[in-house]
Amino acid sequence: MRRLFGFNLLTAVVLGIVGFYVGWLLGHQIHGKSIDYFGDTGQNDIALFVGYFVGVVGFLVGLGFANYPVMRMLGRPASVREKETGGVGRYFGLCTDHKVVGLQYLVGIGVFIFIGGLNAMLIRFELLTPNEHAWNANNYLTIVGLHGTMMMGMMTSGILGPFANYLLPIMIGARRMAFPRIEALTFWLLMAAGVILMTALGFGGFPTGWTGYEPLANQANWGMDAYIAFFALVGLSMALLGLNMIATVITMRAPGMRWGRLPMFVWGSFTTAMLMVLAAPVLISTLLMVSLDRTAQTGFFNPQIGGSSYLYQNLFWIFGHPEVYVLALPGMGILLEILPVFARKPVWGYRLAVSGMLGITLLSWLVWQHHLFVSGINADLRPFYMLSTELISLPTGFIFVCALGTLWAGRIRLTVPMLFCLAWIFNFLIGGLSGVFLSDVPSDVTTHGSFFSMAHFHYTIMGGLIFTFFAAIYYWVPKMTGYMINETWGKVHFWLMFVAFNSTFGPLLVIGFLGMPRRSVTYAGYLEGANQWVSISAFVLGFSMLIFIANFVYSLVFARVPAGPNPWGSKSIEWQLPSPVPVQDFDRIPTFGPDPYPYGDGVAVPGRPAVAPARPTP
Amino acid sequence: MSSDPGTAARGGHALRIALITVVVTLVALPLVIWVLGPNMPPGKATDVAKAQVFSNTVMLVLMTPITAFILVYLGYVLVVFRVRGDDVSRDGAPIRGNMRLQVIWLVATTAAVLFLAIFGSATLLTSNGSGGGQGPKPLSKPSGVALPVQVIAQQWEFTYRYPTYGGVETPQLVIPVDRQIAFHVTSLDAIHSFWAYQLGVKADANPGVDNVAYVKPKTVRTFSIRCAELCGLWHGYMFDTGKVVTDGVFAKWIAAQQTMFREVTRELPSYAKYYNPDPTNRAG
Repeated sequence: MRRLFGFNLLTAVVLGIVGFYVGWLLGHQIHGKSIDYFGDTGQNDIALFVGYFVGVVGFLVGLGFANYPVMRMLGRPASVREKETGGVGRYFGLCTDHKVVGLQYLVGIGVFIFIGGLNAMLIRFELLTPNEHAWNANNYLTIVGLHGTMMMGMMTSGILGPFANYLLPIMIGARRMAFPRIEALTFWLLMAAGVILMTALGFGGFPTGWTGYEPLANQANWGMDAYIAFFALVGLSMALLGLNMIATVITMRAPGMRWGRLPMFVWGSFTTAMLMVLAAPVLISTLLMVSLDRTAQTGFFNPQIGGSSYLYQNLFWIFGHPEVYVLALPGMGILLEILPVFARKPVWGYRLAVSGMLGITLLSWLVWQHHLFVSGINADLRPFYMLSTELISLPTGFIFVCALGTLWAGRIRLTVPMLFCLAWIFNFLIGGLSGVFLSDVPSDVTTHGSFFSMAHFHYTIMGGLIFTFFAAIYYWVPKMTGYMINETWGKVHFWLMFVAFNSTFGPLLVIGFLGMPRRSVTYAGYLEGANQWVSISAFVLGFSMLIFIANFVYSLVFARVPAGPNPWGSKSIEWQLPSPVPVQDFDRIPTFGPDPYPYGDGVAVPGRPAVAPARPTP
Repeated sequence: MSSDPGTAARGGHALRIALITVVVTLVALPLVIWVLGPNMPPGKATDVAKAQVFSNTVMLVLMTPITAFILVYLGYVLVVFRVRGDDVSRDGAPIRGNMRLQVIWLVATTAAVLFLAIFGSATLLTSNGSGGGQGPKPLSKPSGVALPVQVIAQQWEFTYRYPTYGGVETPQLVIPVDRQIAFHVTSLDAIHSFWAYQLGVKADANPGVDNVAYVKPKTVRTFSIRCAELCGLWHGYMFDTGKVVTDGVFAKWIAAQQTMFREVTRELPSYAKYYNPDPTNRAG
């Protein structure tokens, strides 16, 4: 009962809804009617924006985010509920334990990614025939936009949210993140954002896809406001998450954990966090300009009154290109973290791998105009952007050669996490090579804006990030929950997913090259057979996700095979702790030796990490 | 097969991987050059499409050995160094890197990247922009006089204006064969993209912008036109078929258009690089 009437998820939802309507009424006081040049459209964007804002504030207050600052301002002792150490209730509210936040992220993001995946199924259902047959043109665009926006928004934190929040402090020998309350805030902001994006359905959807190009976004119905509020909240969550990661890695490393000893997953998270902190503010301020254009009738993106449609494209991709590396780097970190365990070898070329990640972080800022190769802006700079884009394949090549080198002369065990990592090598190879066509301006003239570019970024993001996301789930969820995930069904999931994925997106590369534009509800008749093949493959791909969900639930809820502290025989520090990791992580702060990956027959293993003795799990 | 951690055995493995890679590459290259290459999109109907096909072929040739090496290596090590079971009492060889190999990899990939960038830029500049939109002041222009055709995109159709023929605006795109064409692409509302697939032309249509793309059709044929940038509700229906015709047919056709649209042409705003209605009028 105490849980039912305190600051918890239930209160938060109630206050969120009440807050929305309070903001809605306030918005109508600011301006009674909708604002439009051509009369009342019945759509008051100001009311909607204020409603979303007050609703989110209400949601956060309901969760208890205001308790600490308010109590301290009143001079009273702050509530300690958020620091509770036991009970299931912790998972349904504000909790500052980094392990709880990690699991919250895993489930919360999983739900929204599932919704995004369902949208992909709806898209492929429509594309079974060359003509509109299932959804009307408006609904089709909304489905496309929801799929892209949901995936791009949620997956930015798809690995850092669950896995870096849970594991990064442990890996560097800390008991918590630098800012635990901010850590929890990033999660709940993301959940509020996801719900707001879903409300777009109630406001007529939005026609712009995930890129939200102007001036189309300015014409759009008020479903567009849901997109803007969603992405701004995601941006805020990203920036805070990144800031927290950076502060943690810089300030909270245990004795002996020098920069040259950081595990690869920490490097992947750290470089991702740098991109997040620098890119997200560009997104937030751009969306502020968009919302001002839609409400206060400014003209940032309206060429008729001195604005520019190029301005939005430029600003969006200054954020957008680092964003896609936000979706690539964590996967590379996981890849190089898991390969040594199942090859039983140290990372091959540790420094090369780290410089690869840092190189990607740096170069990703210099390439954004390759999204605008045929737009007519800065045409004279295209050779430069061609060069800078192709230069990114150098640091990416470092990651490849380090992964391949790590496999050399190892004792390779093809466990489920290992299979998903090996799939990264294959998928990202195709993703990278198809990217070369897009980076070459003459070739890009045909491939730009076609299904080729769509298939390319699905190879890098789904083939790269989602496959390593599953690798991380199969590898670390036993540590996080204490129970193994069934290996046989894991392998069924992997092979079905791997084959269906390539059977979906491989043909799409060809279809794009043969002239099919993206986001179009119709296509040329001669592509019908190929599209049906792709759609059926996509349904199989979707079905493989159902196998995963069934296996995940079955293994963790019903079978409950104890994992023990170290089921993989890993030598990393998190596997020297009990599963699940106890509340205090370590009994005492560990000291680290010089080698993060002390594998290798025939050598004295130098300085294994000193770890506290195992404690019984709570 | 279990792995032998001895250096000599590993040298043998390396040699075998190199040999298989060379064989695979030698088999694949002729297929890429003579079978796949000539059939690469977007075909050979125009000068810029030919330039793109050549670019695509060169890139495929460059990628063949890299792909062959990575896939052969991956397959080989997974077969040779795989162990079954969960025995973690033994580890692999503690190899932490190899400076010579890293330098070789770095030099090879750098050379490939620099080649691609120089080759791409050279193709771009020598093929009049390869059919891509080059903005209002094209860097790479054809010599001689080009026939200007203005492509006006709006939600949700393309219309075409011929300034050298009295500024007549037609709903159809017809261009003469073997003449240099200069497309001037602009938009009246949202961003569109003019994609004439078989011509190898793609240029974004931005409101308030004159985006120029050059092409010289080589054969008499039809070609498909699609909008390649999401532009709102009926984006999926913004397609069209254009024609490349002989000079004589073109002269007759454009004369007929001028007669047919005489009244309309008089009412149109005079020809300009772009037009400036309000693009934010809510539609759909």
